[in-house]
Amino acid sequence: MAEMSSPAAARTLALSGVRGRAASLAVTPAAPAERISLRARSEDVAALSAALGLELPTRPKTSAANNGRTAHWLGPDEWLVIGEGEKGSGLMAACVASGVLHSAVDVSHRNTAILVEGAGAAAAINAGCPLDLSLKAFPVGACTRTIFGKVEIVLLRTGEESFRVEVWRSFSDYAYALLAEGALDATF
Amino acid sequence: MSGSSHGSAKNLGAFRLKGAGRLTPARTSRFTFDGKSYTAMEGDTVASALLAHGVHLVGRSFKYHRPRGILSAGPEEPNALLDVARDSARRQPNVRATVQEVFDGAKISSQNRWPSLAFDVGSVNNLLSPFFPAGFYYKTFKWPREAWEKVYEPIIRRAAGLGVAPKEEDPDRYANRFAHCDVLIAGAGLAGLTAALSAAATGAEVILVDEQPQVGGALHFETSTTVDGKNGFDWAQETAAKLAAMPNVRILTRTTVFGYYNHGFLGLAERVSDHLDRPGRETPRERLWQVRAKRVILATGAIERHMVFANNDRPGIMLASAARTFLNHYGVAVGRNVGVYTAHDSAYEAAFDLKRAGVSIAAIVDCREQPGEAVLAEARALGITVLTGHSVIDTTGRLRIKSMTVARNGNMDIRKMAVDALIVSAGWTPSVHLFSQSRGKLRWDEASQRFLPDIYAQDCVSVGACNGTDETDLLVDEAISAGGGAASVNAERRFGWSGGMIGAAEGAGPDTRVKAFVDFQHDVTAKDIRLAVREGMHSIEHIKRFTTNGMASDQGKLSNMHGLAIAAEMLDRPIPQVGLTTFRAPYTPVTYGTLVAHSRGELFDPARKTPMHDLEAAEGAEFEDVGNWKRAWYFPKRGEDMASAVNRECRTVRDVAGVFDASTLGKIEVVGPDAAQFLNLLYTNAWDTLKPGRCRYGIMTREDGFVYDDGVVGRLAEDRFHVTTTTGGAPRVLHHMEDYLQTEFPHLKVWLTSTTEQWAVIAVQGPKAREIIQPFVEGLDISNEAFPHMSVAECAVMGVPARLFRMSFTGELGFEVNVPADYGPAVWTAIWERAKSMGACLYGTETMHVLRAEKGYIIVGQDTDGTVTPDDAGLGWAVSKKKTDFVGIRGLKRPDLVRDGRKQLVGLLTNRPSDVLEEGAQIVADPNQPKPMTMLGHVTSAYWSENCGRSIAMALVAGGRSRIGQTLYVPMKDRTIAVEVTDTVFFDKEGGRIHG
Repeated sequence: MAEMSSPAAARTLALSGVRGRAASLAVTPAAPAERISLRARSEDVAALSAALGLELPTRPKTSAANNGRTAHWLGPDEWLVIGEGEKGSGLMAACVASGVLHSAVDVSHRNTAILVEGAGAAAAINAGCPLDLSLKAFPVGACTRTIFGKVEIVLLRTGEESFRVEVWRSFSDYAYALLAEGALDATF
Repeated sequence: MSGSSHGSAKNLGAFRLKGAGRLTPARTSRFTFDGKSYTAMEGDTVASALLAHGVHLVGRSFKYHRPRGILSAGPEEPNALLDVARDSARRQPNVRATVQEVFDGAKISSQNRWPSLAFDVGSVNNLLSPFFPAGFYYKTFKWPREAWEKVYEPIIRRAAGLGVAPKEEDPDRYANRFAHCDVLIAGAGLAGLTAALSAAATGAEVILVDEQPQVGGALHFETSTTVDGKNGFDWAQETAAKLAAMPNVRILTRTTVFGYYNHGFLGLAERVSDHLDRPGRETPRERLWQVRAKRVILATGAIERHMVFANNDRPGIMLASAARTFLNHYGVAVGRNVGVYTAHDSAYEAAFDLKRAGVSIAAIVDCREQPGEAVLAEARALGITVLTGHSVIDTTGRLRIKSMTVARNGNMDIRKMAVDALIVSAGWTPSVHLFSQSRGKLRWDEASQRFLPDIYAQDCVSVGACNGTDETDLLVDEAISAGGGAASVNAERRFGWSGGMIGAAEGAGPDTRVKAFVDFQHDVTAKDIRLAVREGMHSIEHIKRFTTNGMASDQGKLSNMHGLAIAAEMLDRPIPQVGLTTFRAPYTPVTYGTLVAHSRGELFDPARKTPMHDLEAAEGAEFEDVGNWKRAWYFPKRGEDMASAVNRECRTVRDVAGVFDASTLGKIEVVGPDAAQFLNLLYTNAWDTLKPGRCRYGIMTREDGFVYDDGVVGRLAEDRFHVTTTTGGAPRVLHHMEDYLQTEFPHLKVWLTSTTEQWAVIAVQGPKAREIIQPFVEGLDISNEAFPHMSVAECAVMGVPARLFRMSFTGELGFEVNVPADYGPAVWTAIWERAKSMGACLYGTETMHVLRAEKGYIIVGQDTDGTVTPDDAGLGWAVSKKKTDFVGIRGLKRPDLVRDGRKQLVGLLTNRPSDVLEEGAQIVADPNQPKPMTMLGHVTSAYWSENCGRSIAMALVAGGRSRIGQTLYVPMKDRTIAVEVTDTVFFDKEGGRIHG
């Protein structure tokens, strides 16, 4: 859903009260973004890729990024597509323009994201995430839907020592607090 | 007191030997034991520090309250369990003195004694011991039955258990870390370090774990082993430094591998700061490591056994290897005149080391006729008396051993020898705990009289002493090969070891009544095990439970083999036929704090809050938990209790309007050309007839025909539906739908997406609802004509893209404003400000419950319970008669689901309007019928209805609808309430208000 040009209502972001820890390992709320949950059959992936301007990944645990858009493979017919910027770049409209059968649902506000950046980022996440986050097993660009403590997250490795943690907004307080704990422990 | 103070006046202990051990006096710390102050050196354990000051008596035994000392120098310690405190909250009972390092200011106390350690009233149990045989509890506290709860159990509970848990909340932090590796090596002695060198050389990711502060394992005491020409312990430290510098190796010391689970999953407890004088506020006390290892190398070593003889438990009696550790590592002599009682060559080396350090050796008493020749020759060379074929058959000394009584085997000639310590060895038990936990199968090795790893269940290998590999060169080869790479390690040991025995020694045989302890921690003697066999326990599992042998927190690390051998002898069966009890995790006790790790306080469980939560809290909302959600329950004004707040809210909604946070309702977006067809199959209603822009209340049943969930579904477009579910039902309804879509209806072109959290939902209900929201809605005519009840539209609210529903769970004119979640607070604030100015109120879930009950709207899970069909709930109209298929259609045709007399949902009105029924109360036709009465059903919902001016209730009653007009009864504890059966609509029966 495209945002209207100048809403009279202001946004209150999840984690709006949170101040990131200023340390070599930072845990900070990410900026608002446009997000869609995209579902489509394999024969329609090419057309949707063309419409979105990126190659929708088809291998598990992979992502693809281009032009401020990132597509996360979540399942054989499921992607989380994120577009930079609060206004969004018209992900829904782009999908419609593909002309092929698909389901695109706006989840821009369902999720929020937390960035974990710096030395020990993987260890901080491993406080609650049982995955092997070594570069060998989870290289830059790898993504997965997984668990973090008691909540579900979508984890994307954005750099050797940086991750994006996508989480539903009502779980974001918990996820942030556990990441902060993990980050603290990663320094010992 | 400074931890780094220097000074010659420091008393490091009369038994601290100059020039012995590896600790330096550069850093010392002070601690108290039972109120008395002592000085320790950096690196001391509580045990070594106490022994340095000549303190052997540290505790009282569990059952007989016998004085007990320090038996070992490691985690197998069964006796020296102490209470260690930093402050009143940071106090831990049952800490093994041999594991806990001294920190400055530690307050350490003995346990299980009153009034003092030296004079303990409970020791009367020792004199009364003939009355406390094994199985005492089972035999004595049988009758009368009532006495269990009131008399026996409280007394036993008070007497049972060691130590007292602190009452304060634990202020320490605990951490958790998941990790993966190619090879995990448990134990960093000679075998583990060698295996690590070999594995690391292949480039594998290696985690090397050892429970001690420093690597080295047995090299802590084993000074006659040289590696690569160096002292073994020094080689171990150099090797660890070399390994730690490699990027693919992580060494965790002070860390215990406590559990080996399926698929290479291991639990590790790291003691991060228990040894620190002043740990940082944020430093975790302990860290739980949950490691997934591709391969596991077990290099867990072996544990020395004690000798089982009469009065073998006096303070001052300890394992020979422990005495050697205290001497060679801590520089502490365990006595000045030490006796040795052994069945194994290894104890000789303890005698050699002590002798060379200036301690006199009273004698080496060896129950074997023929000890190893090398050690015998060395003993002679050192001038130590060796009595082969002799045994220690008794000891004296109340709080510390004074003498040992020695006899030639099979001979009555005894002599008493004065000693101030007696060190013992019955040989070594391989530590196969982790192997066994991994479901590996052990085999009995007759030649060496021990259980050894045989069949592996996982990708795991045992090396070194835990595998029964005694020779150092073989051990090194085995470790290198296990590591999978190469390493150059040349180890030599001066003496080969032989010998060992299991079971009761001379003078403690079946013909005696002496107390020869097998299990120190649970006070189990050889005689107790024999009694268990005589009383008919023939399986080791039964013997264990009858005697509690091996059931203490040390899990029988010292006692299991002795107990087994004594039982086997009594049963006259070979040991493997008597069996071995199962080793279970944890290997050593693990604190709850470590297992809980981060999951406390706000991290115990996620508290889900709606976007408007803080605004509601600022309005004074009380919240209730609905699943993980915090929902506004009611909004009390100053001076209002819950009932008056709810009454006011109920009245105001119907008189003016109310604003309600409905964000937690589950939402699922169903998209695709076959969306309507899919919903036709999942719900009992028909959906293909629903026009875009319209909503319908839907019922979902399971295959068995019972109500599963309900909710309003809006059709946004031909191929797009906005489904709502109950708050608690959201995840399971999505799973239920996804399950059917993937398994039963995979041909349908439709996809499901959870949008519960995408939308903040602001419900405005009441006669003035339209007037309240009107100014905020853009691009949509919301007049009654253009936007009637059960309409849905996409529009803008305050410039924000919104989905507006006209629907009602109150029976009033109502709207539900859905805006993207981040805009919820702003839109809520604007709507609420306007609503307030018009006399409306905020209301919570309690008022919502009352208002819907006034209208007879059900809550799935409250008015239904998984055995209620749509028709039972009075919702038969929502089951399509035309559809040929939907989930539950066949279930609904089962004879029992269509028979007369099923429980049906009806209304109940109490004869006295002020009586509010209790939810869950049973309903009967004849309150005077003798018990058990015929119960017709139960009350599902009951409230005071301010709007009706009386109580209202709903109930499931057998044949309910045919009983309308009848009087039934609700028997309560103190009275019986007469009720009239009615229909379920109590307010606005014509239903005109929702169309307002």
